[in-house]
Amino acid sequence: MARAVTPRRKLFNTLLAWAVGMIIFFPIFWIFVLSFKTEGDAISTPLEVLTSAWTLESYAVVQDRSDYFKHFTNSVIIAVGSTLLGVLVAVPAAWSMAFVPSKRTRGILMWMLSTKMLPAVGVLYPIYLLFIEMGLLDSRTGLVIVLMLINLPIIVWMLYTYFREIPVEILEAARMDGASLRSELLYVLTPMAIPGIASTVLLNVILAWNEAFWTLNLTAAKAAPLTAFIASYSSPEGLFYAKLSAASVMAITPILIMGWFSQKQLVRGLTFGAVK
Amino acid sequence: MKQIQLNQVSKRFGVFEVIPPLDLEIEEGEFVVFVGPSGCGKSTLLRLIAGLEDVSGGQILINGEDTTTIPPANRGLAMVFQSYALYPHMSVRNNIAFPLRMAGLAKEEQNRRVEEAAKVLNLTDYLDRRPGQLSGGQRQRVAIGRAIVREPTAFLFDEPLSNLDAALRVGMRLEISELHKRLATTMIYVTHDQVEAMTMADKIVVLQAGFIEQVGSPLELYHNPRNTFVAGFIGSPRMNLLTGKQAENKGAHTIGIRPEHISISPKKGDWQGIVGVSEHLGSDTFLHVTSPDFDETLTVRASGEVELAYGDKVYLTPDLTHLHKFDDKGLRIK
Repeated sequence: MARAVTPRRKLFNTLLAWAVGMIIFFPIFWIFVLSFKTEGDAISTPLEVLTSAWTLESYAVVQDRSDYFKHFTNSVIIAVGSTLLGVLVAVPAAWSMAFVPSKRTRGILMWMLSTKMLPAVGVLYPIYLLFIEMGLLDSRTGLVIVLMLINLPIIVWMLYTYFREIPVEILEAARMDGASLRSELLYVLTPMAIPGIASTVLLNVILAWNEAFWTLNLTAAKAAPLTAFIASYSSPEGLFYAKLSAASVMAITPILIMGWFSQKQLVRGLTFGAVK
Repeated sequence: MKQIQLNQVSKRFGVFEVIPPLDLEIEEGEFVVFVGPSGCGKSTLLRLIAGLEDVSGGQILINGEDTTTIPPANRGLAMVFQSYALYPHMSVRNNIAFPLRMAGLAKEEQNRRVEEAAKVLNLTDYLDRRPGQLSGGQRQRVAIGRAIVREPTAFLFDEPLSNLDAALRVGMRLEISELHKRLATTMIYVTHDQVEAMTMADKIVVLQAGFIEQVGSPLELYHNPRNTFVAGFIGSPRMNLLTGKQAENKGAHTIGIRPEHISISPKKGDWQGIVGVSEHLGSDTFLHVTSPDFDETLTVRASGEVELAYGDKVYLTPDLTHLHKFDDKGLRIK
């Protein structure tokens, strides 16, 4: 017999799920609310916050003080650039590990993953010095390279998982049908891997967009992306809740919209291989 | 004319020898079936011929030309895979046309050949669908279509019917046999199903653990199995292989008698026995009989319905003209 779910249990589970969802969503909701308040209202009691007048004042001040579009452009270039560069490096790597595995493939994959276990701050100093040496400090090129390297293990792993799902027999059929290696890659493998490549790109754009450690530590003014834009309103002494919230909303909105429209692709990507 | 010739071909995976050096000759236009239990190396042998695996030793000649190191695309062979291996992102038309496109044929010629193959395989109405929208049988037809448009030297089939249900399998079996008669092209067919081997083959190659146990026509294998393995593998239900005193009386270590070559009677006969489970197929009845004369349970095939119940005492008489004798190494005694 299938597991029976009583209506009461179902109701309880539904409420619980909604409650957890609400708890997770609440901070974002609150930031959104605060961004439409004056600084004075923003630090009052929650009830007063909700009942006080709504205003776009904070947005106007934030846009006036710092150039949102400059930071936005930097974010787009860094996130998209590092992802595309990463995919370019990762596709051949994942390809060879998935279809021509050797005795060491497993080890290499684990080694790549192990680099993600190191605290980033552990290599901040050497990378900072290297950046000074190479003149990459506060440059978009430098950030594209660093973020590409940071996310590369994830990109390789994701692509490797996708490629592994492609039956080798189909590639062998292409070989029997007279396809050269180039035709095999171009007409058979790549079209079949496009959903996988697409969700890898999406996830990594989001990761790179939200990355705050390297973007804050390696930029000053020129190459600062939206993370730095938010951080500039976070002050331990001043009370800029409303402006900080407005900056945050402006910074996360583009990626939220992108995530919303690509959620089907993302979920498929993240659960790929889990169910066959 | 010998079309495909294997000279001392062997295959090792690391230290593990899957196929010890073997020789095999396949004539032009023959339907050859490689049969054997799983893991006997039959698929590996096919993949060696296809070029999808490299040989560890020996030579593969196709039409007299040494193709041992030639890539699969240039051997002039077409292959049908167990999983069909269709290109999921292409329409049926483009799937079938793919080898022609790779060969650089003109668009009109591609279309002409695709239409022709589709007509033969009843796929005309499905040409614009994707493989995902087809049934298993239709997918297998597309895979066959993709193979025939190339007009290859030989077709290689790797267990093409094992993903289909029983009824469809019988239908496709006939279709493939008919295709062979019409095209008269060499076909090499791998299966673990001895019924497929018996019904389709001109020549059966029985393999076990990489060794060729016997090569011959279906009836040769049925009537003159070279050893106990072939005797037990070919024929359904399988041959009764009996050891012990009765075998020694006949001057053999093991005697073999097929279920259809034993007559059963409630009154008299050579060996006595007790009826166990009976399997009623309507046209035949398979009776499983235990006998004090043997350790093994005997299977007897009786024509039509038989009025015998579980536990009945019966007498069995083997047809001595169809009795097979084997020595202690399992080899046939002439």
